Amino acid sequence: MENSEISQVTVTVNGEAYAVEVDNRTSLLDLLRERLGLTGSKKGCDHGQCGACTVLIDGRRANSCLALAVAHDGAAIRTVEGLADGAGLHPLQEAFVRHDAFQCGYCTPGQLCSAAGMLAEAGPSAVTEDLTADPPLTPGEIHERMSGNLCRCGAYVNIVKAIMTVAAPGEGPS
Amino acid sequence: MRAFSYVRAASPAEAVSQYRPGAAYLGGGTNLVDLMRLGVAAPDHIVDVTRATGDSIAESSDGALRIGAGVRNSDLANHPAVRERYPMLARAVLTGASGQIRNMATVGGNLLQRTRCPYFQDVAMPCNKRTPGSGCQATEPGAETGNMAILGHSPSCVATHPSDMAVALTALSARVLAVGPDGDRWVEMPGLHRLPGGRPDLDTVLTPGELITAIELPSPPPGRSTYRKVRERASFAFALISLAAALDVGGDGRVRECRLALGGVAHAPWRAHAAEQALLGLPATRETFAMAAGEELRVARPLPGTEYKVTLARNVIVSVLEELSR
Repeated sequence: MENSEISQVTVTVNGEAYAVEVDNRTSLLDLLRERLGLTGSKKGCDHGQCGACTVLIDGRRANSCLALAVAHDGAAIRTVEGLADGAGLHPLQEAFVRHDAFQCGYCTPGQLCSAAGMLAEAGPSAVTEDLTADPPLTPGEIHERMSGNLCRCGAYVNIVKAIMTVAAPGEGPS
Repeated sequence: MRAFSYVRAASPAEAVSQYRPGAAYLGGGTNLVDLMRLGVAAPDHIVDVTRATGDSIAESSDGALRIGAGVRNSDLANHPAVRERYPMLARAVLTGASGQIRNMATVGGNLLQRTRCPYFQDVAMPCNKRTPGSGCQATEPGAETGNMAILGHSPSCVATHPSDMAVALTALSARVLAVGPDGDRWVEMPGLHRLPGGRPDLDTVLTPGELITAIELPSPPPGRSTYRKVRERASFAFALISLAAALDVGGDGRVRECRLALGGVAHAPWRAHAAEQALLGLPATRETFAMAAGEELRVARPLPGTEYKVTLARNVIVSVLEELSR
């Protein structure tokens, strides 16, 4: 065959390197869950509409269900399993626990990875008045920036509250 | 999903040489991978072009801005020159999709995304865009028509173009550089995207194997500009109606220059030339804005269920021009 439908892919996930042979159709999400046993990232819609599969690819948040594993050969991936520092929770994880920012928890890994990526993103959003200045992260900004993550339980109020305490420590509700 | 071979191209020339009938170029994959999963697209060969086209944005001495087709949507919206000089473009991109998708999607891929018409995306339904000659379910009685076209549609297809970014690029008179087997060419906007006519399977004027490698913006139009998008929820939804607008009002209160492009109304981003022409030299008032909107929408042909879009488009044009004239 001229071109193979199978490829060799090397990815670093949470600091650990993996070399795997994948069917080219394999999504990054399926690679993580089914091949590497990292089931923290969730498959919600498998169409990029719910955000449950959100991971950080080379530091930027992305929907792993829409990413072909073969197209991410050489990438550094961070999943929810890699957010905590050993036994110490990531500040976002602590805030989600403290502020009761979930009910069933299915969307939570995606919410956490999305929030971690979002906090590292500078620049305006669709609700920013002045496009030339980087705005402070108000609840309205967080609502807009987190719109790629759905929560069917409707825990949004506390998700925003939890993210606020990490985005602007001391300014949010205690 | 159909099995496919995969190659990552390092240059436009390599990408074009790798193209063959049945192949597809892959950018960020946010639309193509979904369409492959739905069975709407079934390429047997994928040419990954994310490293083949430039991922930089450069300002030239004549005031133009050149954007590599591989630039991610989020990087385009966050670029200082776009935020300061082309606010309608920054806003258009920021209203599109979600933070995750904007991080993945490329500028070239954004232009070439397919319609989100529910009948196009459902392989159990007839669709002239997906399967030429099979019919158009959207024009059948009882069809879900709420987001279909009001301008420029044909009996073959009433779908709308989904991109926000393309609407701003159309108002800005951008042009795209396409590389193909027969060399390079520039394609003007409007003009890249087609109206459906009898060939709704063709979204653009690009020929098979042609690859968009860059987008060039001329100096921004004078005056103030913005992008407004009306949708069914506040974020992460496609436009019902959107408007990219620039307005320059002279000291005498009369319109010196105006740019208007509508999204959500047609098979292509809709440059509102008739409204632009009608406004020139007239006082920048609510009454003249309404008159100009009426000039553009005189040719609207709403379907049962899209009549609301004509009213909405008129109101958005008036409201946005009022905002820009304040």
